[in-house]
Amino acid sequence: MELNIHFRKESNLLKVFIEGEIDTFTAPKLRDKLESFDIDPNYIIELDLSKVVYMDSTGLGVIVALYKKVTREQGNLKLVGLSARLIRLFTITGLSELMNIEVEVKVE
Amino acid sequence: MEQLLIQYKQILSDYISNRKEQNLYIGQNYIRQLIQKNVAPEDVINIHRKAIEEIYTQLPDTLTHAYDFLIEVMVQFGLQFREHQSLLVQQEELRIEMDIAANIQNILLKTEMPELESIDIGMVSEPIRKMNGDYVYFLYDEQNYLSVAVADVVGKGVPAALCMSMVKNGLETMKYANHNPSYVLEVLNNIIEKSVDDSMFVSSFYGRYDIEHGVFTYGSAGHEPALYFSAKNESYYDLNSKGLLLGVMPEVKYPQFTIQFEENDFIMIVTDGVTELKNYDVIESRNLLKKIAFPLRHLSAQKMCEKVYSELQKLQDYNLNDDFTIVILKK
Repeated sequence: MELNIHFRKESNLLKVFIEGEIDTFTAPKLRDKLESFDIDPNYIIELDLSKVVYMDSTGLGVIVALYKKVTREQGNLKLVGLSARLIRLFTITGLSELMNIEVEVKVE
Repeated sequence: MEQLLIQYKQILSDYISNRKEQNLYIGQNYIRQLIQKNVAPEDVINIHRKAIEEIYTQLPDTLTHAYDFLIEVMVQFGLQFREHQSLLVQQEELRIEMDIAANIQNILLKTEMPELESIDIGMVSEPIRKMNGDYVYFLYDEQNYLSVAVADVVGKGVPAALCMSMVKNGLETMKYANHNPSYVLEVLNNIIEKSVDDSMFVSSFYGRYDIEHGVFTYGSAGHEPALYFSAKNESYYDLNSKGLLLGVMPEVKYPQFTIQFEENDFIMIVTDGVTELKNYDVIESRNLLKKIAFPLRHLSAQKMCEKVYSELQKLQDYNLNDDFTIVILKK
């Protein structure tokens, strides 16, 4: 399955919409896209995962790498639109305690 | 080249006069031989041109020029072809190196299972590729503690294997099995956090069994919760814990919990290869695992692991898609 990623800037928010499956095959594409922008402490980076139908641990690795980079450069990262399955994944891995995760699914 | 020309001319003229399937077949076999002899595509066309010139002596000059042109153009194909050949050789060399590396990993990361009378231990750990991204480590000491670590590295292949060696080395520095799970996980986290790149991490379950008192103490670093089966209640409990994955942040603290082990109780520690089955979500996979293990509870721990593995393999049409590890400790 394809993975689509697109960006939208809204005042001090950089929204990243991710759609599809994040697995071993598509994770490198996501990593490249997420590495393509500079981190600005005045901006909030918001990853919208509401259209992510599957994510394995490789995908988790890409998000952890982004989190580490953003934290190092004093930026802000927020995850929104997580499905129940993704919430479980972030809870079990202890990442939900660390990251800013908005639980409710957004209505478009 | 002269010899090749004579053979080729013969095959070509046979075909021109008969135009039979058999003549084509001979031509195809002949080309295969040329490929084996590393004859370049442009040389084949050159041979063809010479053969044509010898068969038809009255060829117009323009056709000869056209052949010259084709040969020039085909030189590019030839370059590609030679590059491809050399890549194949390189690929073969890499494959051999990978095999050696996988063997070394298997030797380095071989799990030694203690045999104890007081607790029955079983394990199945099957890699999906040559190198296993899962690792199991047991430690037993005379003070009557048995500890077990089950770890799963994100990523596959060589980087994962190197990372796993770090986990093993970290565990070996423990020397004794009596350390608290929270301490062991903290040490492992500090080792891994310092040494790996940002997208690499390890999930790990660590348990310590106090054989004399039947107390099992465990902690988890982002690992799939282990399952505890209480024989008295005939029911399963998730061994939930909220510890962070190893390697994400420095100075992480890991909580630990204890359970009192009774006769015939068992604990199943698995990696996500067991709970991320195709066509099942995680909750369904876990329920399936419980269902499969329940009627097997009177078997030995090793037999239970083997049966669970074969049942799940069968269910997934012998096509599991991740490294698969299950460890059972049974009283």
